[in-house]
Amino acid sequence: MSHHHDSKEPKQKKKVQVATGDRAILPEGATTIPVYIMGKRYEVPETLTIMKAMEYAGFKFLRGAGCRGGICGACPTVYRKPGDYKLHFGLACQTVVEPDMYLAQIPFYPANRAAYKIEDLEPNPEIIFSLYPELFRCVACNNCTKACPMGVDVLGYISALKQGDIARAAEISFDCIQCGMCASRCMGELPQYHIAQLARRMYGRAIMPRARHLAKRVEEIESGKYDEMLKSLQTMSHGELEKRYKEREREPDMAPNGTWLPANDPYL
Amino acid sequence: MKVSYYPGCTLKTKAKNLEDAAVASMAALGVDFEELTRWNCCGAVHSLADDDLIHQVAPVRDLVRAMEQGSDKVVTLCSMCYNTLARANLLMRQDEVKRKTINDFMNEEKDYHGEVEVLHFLNFLRDQVGWDTVRNAVKVPLNGLKVAMYYGCTLMRPRNVAIEPIGDTRIMGEFLEAIGAAPVDFPEATTCCGSYQILANPEAAHDVSGRILESAIRAGAEAMVLSCPLCEFNLSKKQPEVLKKNKISREVPVYYFTQLLAMALGLGQEACRFDLNSECSVELLKNKNFPV
Ligand code: SF4
Ligand code: SF4
Ligand code: SF4
Ligand code: FES
Repeated sequence: MSHHHDSKEPKQKKKVQVATGDRAILPEGATTIPVYIMGKRYEVPETLTIMKAMEYAGFKFLRGAGCRGGICGACPTVYRKPGDYKLHFGLACQTVVEPDMYLAQIPFYPANRAAYKIEDLEPNPEIIFSLYPELFRCVACNNCTKACPMGVDVLGYISALKQGDIARAAEISFDCIQCGMCASRCMGELPQYHIAQLARRMYGRAIMPRARHLAKRVEEIESGKYDEMLKSLQTMSHGELEKRYKEREREPDMAPNGTWLPANDPYL
Repeated sequence: MKVSYYPGCTLKTKAKNLEDAAVASMAALGVDFEELTRWNCCGAVHSLADDDLIHQVAPVRDLVRAMEQGSDKVVTLCSMCYNTLARANLLMRQDEVKRKTINDFMNEEKDYHGEVEVLHFLNFLRDQVGWDTVRNAVKVPLNGLKVAMYYGCTLMRPRNVAIEPIGDTRIMGEFLEAIGAAPVDFPEATTCCGSYQILANPEAAHDVSGRILESAIRAGAEAMVLSCPLCEFNLSKKQPEVLKKNKISREVPVYYFTQLLAMALGLGQEACRFDLNSECSVELLKNKNFPV
C-alpha cells in the first residue's frame, strides 16, 4: 500500500517532523517500499535508515540502539537482497533501507572475553596467546572481514596478532566498534573483537609513544596553574563573560598553519 | 617478475633467528627480497582429508597475495610453510573441481590457478642467486666446521613437492660448501623429528629426536643445520630432555642454515641472532674463533 504524495492531492494530516530521537523524518513526497523485518513484510518510507524504518514499523528499541551515529556498535544488522546469495551487514542507524531486503538485527553476540588487569600486563604477544588461545583456530576464511560493517580488515588484525605484531593489530582494528558481527561468522569461533581490544589496550598503555606535551600540561593543571583563572571565569558576571567572548582573539580563517599566535599567552 | 617473501608466523615470534639472518643476508647479497605486505598464517599442516578444502584456503590466500603483488615466485624459509604452500599450489594447479570450489568460496579475491611458484629459500639461493655469488660474497669462510645436514620431513615429502629428489639430496651440501663449511651426511637426515608429537606424546618425540642426534654425532658432525622452527624446537630447545632420555653424553649445537649464511657473509649479531640459540651453539663458534 504505497502512497505517493502529489502536489494536486490534498495534503494529508501534517506529520510532526523532528530531527532527533526515535521519530522518523519523512521527506515531503516520500514513497514507501516493502522490507521484511524478521520475516514479516512492512511498508516503510524509502530514504529511512533501517533503524528509523523499524521504528516507523512499530519496533521500539530497548537494546540495539545507542549512539544513532554509527559509533557505538549496538545496532549491527544482517540482511539479504532478492536474487543475491550474499549476506550483507550494516549498522541499522547508518544503512538506508532497500526494497525487499530481508533483515534482522543482532544487537549482541556471545563472545568470550578474558579477564585481565591491563595494568599488570606486559605488551607481550605471548600473553595474548595465553589469554586467547582460540587465536590459533583461525583458518583465514575471511568471513569476519566480509561481515564487518566498519570495513575493518579483521583477518588482517587476527593475522598481525598471530605474527606477534601488537602495534599493527591495534592500527588495523582502530575502527572496530565492538559490534560482534565478526564473531558471529567465525569458522574458528574466535572472539576477534575482544582480542583486538586487548591489543589496543596494550598498545595504548605500553607501546604507543607518550605525548610529552600532554604530561607537561597535566602537571601544570595539577600544580594549580589554572585554578585562579578558572575561578575568576566561574564567578564572572554574565555581561563580562559575553564581552570577553566577543573580544576574544581569533585565528584568522585562512592563516597558514603555525603562523598565528595569540597575544594573550600566559596559559599556553 | 618479482619474488615475494612469505615469512610465516613463527619466524615473527619464536624463530626470529631464522628470519633476521636471511633478510640481512639477502640485503648483503643485493638480492631483491620483498616481504608480502599482507599475509596470513598458512595453517602449518597440509590437510590430507580429501574433502577438507577449508584448510586450503589459508595457503591459497597467501598465494593470491603474492600474485597481487606482481610476483611469479614466493619464497619461504620455514620448511612447514614451504610444504603447506607448495601442496596447496599443486592442488590449485592440478584439481580443476577443487580449484573452482576454493575460488568460488574466496569470491572476494582474484581467481587463482597456480600462477605463482613456491620456492624454498635453499632453491632460491641455488637457482636465483647462485652458489658462485654466495661463494664470492663470503667474508668469513666457515673452515673446518663439520655440520650435519638435517632436512627433516617437510622439505622432502611428499615426492611431488620435494625441494630435491629424495635419495639424491645435494642442496644443503652445496650450500654448506659455498660458505666454506664441511657438510656431514648422516643416515637420519630425513627422519621425522617427532613433529607435533612433542605435545601429545613427548616421549615418542624424544626417542626419534635422540636417534637423529646420535646418528649425526656418530657421522662425525660437530653441529647441525636445519630450516624448520618445529624441528629446531624438538632437536634443540628440547635437547636437554632428549639427551637425558637417550643417554647421549654430548650436546649438539643446532643452527638455522640462514644463521651460518649470515655469519659467513660477515654480518653482525643483529643479523645472526645467535642469542636465540642454545648456549653450546654459541660456545662452539667461539671455540672455533668465529666472530660471535
Ligand atoms: S571488527 Fe568485528 S566487532 Fe569490530 S566492527 Fe568489525 S565486525 Fe564489528
Ligand atoms: S572468521 Fe574466524 S576463522 Fe575466518 S578468518 Fe576470521 S578469524 Fe579467521
Ligand atoms: S607453518 Fe608455522 S611458521 Fe609457517 S605460517 Fe604457519 S604457523 Fe606460521
Ligand atoms: S546505534 Fe550506535 S552504531 Fe548504530
